[in-house]
Amino acid sequence: MSHFSELMNQNRVKRARQRKVANTIMLSLTGLVTALALVPLFWIIGYVVIRGGKSINLDFFIHLPTPMGVAGGGVLSAIEGTLVVMLLAAVFAIPPGVLAAFYAARFPNTPLGVALRFSTDVLSGIPSIVVGLFGYAVIVVPMKHYSGLAGGAALAVLMLPTIIRTTEEMLKLVPGTMREASLGLGAPEWKTSLSVVFPAAINGIITGFLLALARAAGETAPLLMTSLGNERFDIGQIIRSGVQSHLSVFQIIWKIVNQPVDSLPLALWKYAQQPYPERVELAWAVALVLMLFVLIVNVTARVWIQNRTQRMKG
Amino acid sequence: MKMEVAESVFQTTMAGGTPAKVEVKHLAVYYGKFRALNEIDLTVHEKRITAIIGPSGCGKSTLLRSFNRMNDLTPGCRMEGEIRLDGENILSPSMDVVSVRRLVGMVFQRPNPFPKSIFDNVAYGPRLYGIRRRSDLDGIVERSLKSAALWDEVKEKLHQSGLSISGGQQQRLCIARALAVEPEVILMDEPASALDPISTLKIEELMQELKKDYTIVIVTHNMQQAARVSDYTAMMMIDEERAGHLIEFDATNTIFTRPKDKRTEDYVTGRFG
Repeated sequence: MSHFSELMNQNRVKRARQRKVANTIMLSLTGLVTALALVPLFWIIGYVVIRGGKSINLDFFIHLPTPMGVAGGGVLSAIEGTLVVMLLAAVFAIPPGVLAAFYAARFPNTPLGVALRFSTDVLSGIPSIVVGLFGYAVIVVPMKHYSGLAGGAALAVLMLPTIIRTTEEMLKLVPGTMREASLGLGAPEWKTSLSVVFPAAINGIITGFLLALARAAGETAPLLMTSLGNERFDIGQIIRSGVQSHLSVFQIIWKIVNQPVDSLPLALWKYAQQPYPERVELAWAVALVLMLFVLIVNVTARVWIQNRTQRMKG
Repeated sequence: MKMEVAESVFQTTMAGGTPAKVEVKHLAVYYGKFRALNEIDLTVHEKRITAIIGPSGCGKSTLLRSFNRMNDLTPGCRMEGEIRLDGENILSPSMDVVSVRRLVGMVFQRPNPFPKSIFDNVAYGPRLYGIRRRSDLDGIVERSLKSAALWDEVKEKLHQSGLSISGGQQQRLCIARALAVEPEVILMDEPASALDPISTLKIEELMQELKKDYTIVIVTHNMQQAARVSDYTAMMMIDEERAGHLIEFDATNTIFTRPKDKRTEDYVTGRFG
């Protein structure tokens, strides 16, 4: 072996060692940082579970909040209020969102289609407090009072971009030849959209809706300015008194949506800044319930979307 | 296989003499300003299989899709000339597209069942035309699936998803779906190009069954398939302006054994294209 190749051989061993060291350092570094990035998530979850878990019991779910300074009580008003506001938001956001997505998916390059895509991008970037202010100006001021209705409308505005974009993407995943097969049988365009394209995309559309819902459920700012909060909100009570005074179903529903309602993020925000320890404990429990709700919805949606994409490929 | 090819050529020789089902006269198709098809004249004979062959991009599919006005769906598409189905011009503005599409069914390149049950896939067409009674639908579904040679394989699982069966079965399901509205002409756009050889053979056998009752037009890239299954062959090419046109149309065995045009001969013998 020549002197030269011996030298190269030495270098090779040396370089291999250097490479291994560098590899180990970089791997540990990236691994460490990745782990660090996960810390806040698990810290938050762990902390909320430990602090909030203590105060969660049956009372928490079935009683109204007690007056300030009095121990016990629950957040029934906030749970009911959240459900009412979410339901209203869904009713306001889903039909127009899905229909708009149908248009955008079918005519992506028309001026209206381009405008829709652009404005959903802009809309999804608008701070939620601005949406709250908008709801205040457009609904609360003319009606002269805060209401669940206004809260639902504000959240609907926040949900719209997500619903439109995911629905549009899901509709685009439906093979064009499936549409053609239906049209080729003589089906009109609306029938094809409704009975072939829509069912083919339904899972994805529901997923988009769940993701939007999960995001909106945690919003506090828009609700501050629209549904305000109402610790005495009790659907059972409203229904009972409504039935007693012989109101119609619609009048009762109107009563439920046409007054300020509580919601979990609002309750959390309020309780957490009060000087009563039992209220702060309650705030932790509310945080836990809210977090679990959002997490469950989110995970369900993502698992769903994954299964669906796989099936579409297969 | 050899035997079957020979037999098919024999059938082809005997095939002539059925009346015209579809007559294409001076057909031109434009996409915006671009002329995709130019001066097509073609006669599709009743209860025979007509194959359209030619190199990629020569307008075979465009011609096929003219027969049931599927080109209408392409924005900016315009058609001139006439396509007469039983003497009636289906390109005339007063013609009802829905009735054209009922009479002229279509099977696509890739199997495209709806994400519905096998039963609902087949019943989709009849339901469009107002057939609602369960017993009527049952009869149509069974008959269509039998015609598509799929009944025995799926009769136990009519309520499973149309997407749960194999690719070849899905393609036959699509054929059954097209048959369910009782068309007279069936258009097939490379119906076997996405299938394995055994499924392909089944589709080809099925076509021989179907031509007893239906007029079939098939676009294919597969020369052997055109020779095996068709009675007539139309050879298309693109001209200098990139518009597709018909260069030769004749009985399939003539096209494959004694073509008049040198370009046809080069193409069917695999010298270009």
